[in-house]
Amino acid sequence: MKLLKFLVLGTLFGIVMAKSEAFSWFRIQEMFRFQAFHMYGIIGTAVTLGVIGVALIKKYNLRDVKGNPILFYPKDKSTMRYLIGGTIFGLGWALSGACPGPMVVNIGYGYIAMIVVFLFAIVGTYLYGAIKDKLPH
Amino acid sequence: MLEFIQQPWTWWVSGALISAIMFLLIFFGQSFGFSANLRTICSAAGGGKFVKFFDFNWRSQIWNLVFLIGAVLGGFIASHFLSDGNPVQISENTIADLSKLGISAPTSAQPDELFSIESLFTLKGFLILALGGIMVGFGSRYAGGCTSGHAISGLSDLQLPSLIAVIGFFIGGLLMTFVLLPLIL
Repeated sequence: MKLLKFLVLGTLFGIVMAKSEAFSWFRIQEMFRFQAFHMYGIIGTAVTLGVIGVALIKKYNLRDVKGNPILFYPKDKSTMRYLIGGTIFGLGWALSGACPGPMVVNIGYGYIAMIVVFLFAIVGTYLYGAIKDKLPH
Repeated sequence: MLEFIQQPWTWWVSGALISAIMFLLIFFGQSFGFSANLRTICSAAGGGKFVKFFDFNWRSQIWNLVFLIGAVLGGFIASHFLSDGNPVQISENTIADLSKLGISAPTSAQPDELFSIESLFTLKGFLILALGGIMVGFGSRYAGGCTSGHAISGLSDLQLPSLIAVIGFFIGGLLMTFVLLPLIL
C-alpha cells in the first residue's frame, strides 16, 4: 500500500486542475493573451510558496519520511535544449491547451478527444528519444 | 459546503494546493514532474529495445504512473461530483478575440470546435490535436520537463535552466497564439 499515497495525491492534483480551470483550453488562451490574472495567480502562488519551502528544507536539512536527506539536484547547465525544447513545448501547449498533467485530467473529466492528444504526446516523446543525439543540447 | 467547493476554486487556493502536492511528493522521497510519465510509458511499452533513451528501470517510476491514474480519477470526480455545471468564466476580451478565430464562447471547459467527437473525426480537427500532442511530448522531454517539473519544481529551487525553459514555453505559446493559431483555425 506504499503506492496508495501517490494515488491520493494524484487524485487531489486532478481535482485541483479541474476546479481551478487550469485544465481548460480557454484558460490557457486567456493566459497567453494576458487577459486575466488567474493562471499567473495559480502558478505565482505555487512558486512563491515553493521557493519558501525549498529554502526551509535546505536551511534545516530536512529529511523525507524514510529518513533520507532531501536533496535538490541542479539541472544540467545549457541554454539551447531548454530554449528550443521549451519553445516547442509552448507551441503545443497553446495549440492543445493542455500540458501532460491536465491532458489526463481532461480524459477523466470526459473529454474523450484528449486521449488522442495524450497518445500523440507519447509519440512525441518517443520521437525525441529516437533523434535526441542529433539535436543540439 | 458541497455547494461551496462546487464553485471554481480561486487562484490562491489552487496555487497553494499545487505547492502542497509538490512538497508531499518531496517528503515521500519523490519529485513533482508529470511529463516523466511519457518517457516511462515508452519504456514500459518496450521502447528500450529500439531506443537507448528508453532503456532504463521504468519500474522505479511506477509511483508516478499511479499519480497519473489518480489524476484521471480526480478529473472524473471533479466532473461527476464537484461541478456546478457552469462554463469557465474567462475574460470578455478573450471571448471576443477567440470569436474572431471562429471559437464560440465557452459552454463548458473546452471548445467544441476543437474537442468534440465530431471535430476529432475531421482531418483538420484530428491533425490539430495530434500536432499539439506531439509538440508537447517532444518539447517537454527535449527541455527536460514540463510545467510541473520546470515552472513549479525548478523555479521553486531557483534553477536557471528552468527559467530558460519557462521563457521558451512563453516564446512558443505566444508564437502559437498570435501568429500560428489565426492561420490554423
